[in-house]
Amino acid sequence: MSSSKKIRVLVAKPGLDGHDRGAKVVARALRDAGMEVIYTGLRQTPEMIVRAALDEGAHVIGLSILSGAHNALFPRVMELLKKEGADDILVVGGGIIPEDDIPTLKKAGIAEVFGPGTPLEEIVEYIRKNAKV
Amino acid sequence: MSVDELVNGVLGRKRRFLARLISLIENEDAVAVDALSRLYKHTGKAHVVGVTGPPGSGKSSLVTKITAEFRKRDKTIGIIAVDPSSPFTGGALLGDRIRMQEHSLDDEVYVRSMGTRGHLGGLARATSDAVRAIDAYGKDIIFVETVGAGQSEVEVVDVAHTIIVTDVPGSGDDIQAIKAGIMEIADIFVVNKSDLPGAEKKVTEINAMLDIDTRERTWRPPVMLTNSRTGDGIPELADMIVRHRDHLVESGEMEERGFQRSRDELEDIMRFKLTQELCQKLQGRPEYENAIKRIAGRKEDPYTVAERLIAEFLFKESR
Repeated sequence: MSSSKKIRVLVAKPGLDGHDRGAKVVARALRDAGMEVIYTGLRQTPEMIVRAALDEGAHVIGLSILSGAHNALFPRVMELLKKEGADDILVVGGGIIPEDDIPTLKKAGIAEVFGPGTPLEEIVEYIRKNAKV
Repeated sequence: MSVDELVNGVLGRKRRFLARLISLIENEDAVAVDALSRLYKHTGKAHVVGVTGPPGSGKSSLVTKITAEFRKRDKTIGIIAVDPSSPFTGGALLGDRIRMQEHSLDDEVYVRSMGTRGHLGGLARATSDAVRAIDAYGKDIIFVETVGAGQSEVEVVDVAHTIIVTDVPGSGDDIQAIKAGIMEIADIFVVNKSDLPGAEKKVTEINAMLDIDTRERTWRPPVMLTNSRTGDGIPELADMIVRHRDHLVESGEMEERGFQRSRDELEDIMRFKLTQELCQKLQGRPEYENAIKRIAGRKEDPYTVAERLIAEFLFKESR
């Protein structure tokens, strides 16, 4: 297998909820789609996530959240990325996020939000199409 | 990004440039080679410590704890953690960072996860050049954590000065300890998870194995007990890592290995370049394609053809 360019995705759980099954399922699906997935584990601050994404040369950040703190944490991640001049990184979200909140999150720079029941192929396709590798 | 920017960024200790360079190395981008050749004279300062051992033997946790110990001693740290890529899809789940969260906002700790991308031997093809990049960036100690190693993933010896082999209590009998492979490359043995039953027995087994090792050596690998959860044995392990480096320097082995490594590396690069050049010259030529057909049809043998082609196309044409 050649070392051609690979999409590197950082999967992170910001905030305090400990439900990471969804994040793990998505991580596994991205792995099976041939991507390199860096899984960082639970209880990450936006600062930790952005630092890890930069150090790892990630093209994509996947944020999973079920605690309800997305309106605070997602825009904070975007803000820090902008500050680092790294807002070319594609940021997508998932978890329990009310429909009404999605426009605000998109305005903050979150590219797409995938709720429960999203087919995994849809997430894979979206990332393949939109990641800037 | 130009080579100039990249080189100056790395030497100026800008993290993003280091991250970028390692990505270019992983993607086998020509820019990386240019950058590395300019960074080469700034390397050779870091102490490179390899950590290898079976999956789940606590390598990542151990690296995290030793890192914390060396941070107390004001050392700066780089970590490369290698995990396997799928041989089927090429994808990888890189999970070593999970254990390393306590250092995630420390400016003096750089962590990079790496998939093997089809490379065997316990490391990725890019690992040794990535170590070099971090060395040029100026980290004092660089840990290279291999994939969970079975028995023959010994490539880390080519990259590291000091090799730590981790094991855990209850993992196989004393025959496992005298098999060839990773047990032979250790400079320091660590029996991790020392709170589990059988820890002392494991230490005894490894020591017994070392007793019957007839190789002449000036350094007998110590066998240490650690517990990454409580931190027991970690300061002693850090001391031992430093002592091993001192030993290498004082015994002249460091210099000797340096020569050997440079020789191996030069040979590797020349072999790669020669092969590449030869293949480029031959691809698509009718002589080449015809020879392949004749070999497949058993009209000629590949040994003779290889010699002829090398003689014809490499040596004659470059003169």
